[in-house]
Amino acid sequence: MRSILRRAIVAFGRFWWGFLVGDTPELFVGTLLVVGAACLLRHDRVAGLSAVVVLTVVFLLASTYRGRGATRSVPGDDGPAG
Amino acid sequence: MSATEVALAIAVFLASTVEMVEALTIVLATGATRGWRSAIEGSAAGVALLAVLVGVVGVPLVHYVPIGTLRVVIGGLLLVLGLSWLRKAILRASGHQALHDEDRIYADTVAKLGGPAAGATRRDALGFVVSFKAVLLEGMEVVLIVLSLGTSAHLLGVAAASAAAAVILVGAAGLIVARQLSSIPENVMKMAVGVMLTSFGVFWVAEGTGLHWPGSDLAVPVLVAGFAGVTAIAVTGMRALVRPAVPRVAGALVDREGAAR
Repeated sequence: MRSILRRAIVAFGRFWWGFLVGDTPELFVGTLLVVGAACLLRHDRVAGLSAVVVLTVVFLLASTYRGRGATRSVPGDDGPAG
Repeated sequence: MSATEVALAIAVFLASTVEMVEALTIVLATGATRGWRSAIEGSAAGVALLAVLVGVVGVPLVHYVPIGTLRVVIGGLLLVLGLSWLRKAILRASGHQALHDEDRIYADTVAKLGGPAAGATRRDALGFVVSFKAVLLEGMEVVLIVLSLGTSAHLLGVAAASAAAAVILVGAAGLIVARQLSSIPENVMKMAVGVMLTSFGVFWVAEGTGLHWPGSDLAVPVLVAGFAGVTAIAVTGMRALVRPAVPRVAGALVDREGAAR
């Protein structure tokens, strides 16, 4: 019973690790920074909203550029992002 | 319906369609090799468990977690998920990554499950488990999207109904088109979902921390348009970075061998 519970916890942890971090840890870190920037700048609406949008675009472009040519994956080898 | 409700319903519907097409490929391969009864029962059990998860997790989230905290956490989850989908869709559209090939996945699954089929009416444990797992694993992401979008906008019913509509539509289409799933423009749909999830993520993160968007809900379509524009520019830019593959022609090999001699 205990081993089943342990396996379930490990599987649950692996699912969330794969879902949140997976092979793109920069997107997870980027999201934390976006949330952090929004919290820090919540009293300055223009700066806060601008920071949230700009940081999101920067992290998207940087992560996409990092993935260029390096992962010509086998079709169907998708991971958590489908 | 407000702009948020429409965008939310479209995002959940498209995301569910993409994931269910991927699950359907495996279910069809399982049905063809291990028998349709087990494949259909396994799929139905998977869908039922996913529906229970939405009810069990979603309803308490809406009622007991403070809305500001919920929106920041959910917005962050949507942002991670949306950016991942968008990144992958851009890499595929620009030729840096292979497109999702349903025909190949179907053939691989048939080859793996090959063996004595259980027939159309008999139960087969392997067929049941493979179909159940396919629906459950692909559907888990749909559940997260339904819960995220549904709870942060207090529109859990709209989100769940959109997902259910996609499941029914893909199931019906699967019966009609059977193995022609590769003709579905999956990467375009994935890109659209990525744009929408990212837009909702940015919207809810800001709203959750107390930063209010000009025009309130009308900011969502503006964000969608903006991220769609960024995506189009990224695809164009990334296409320019694709290195042409070196052709392995017989002449080149002969020349190399000749040089070695």
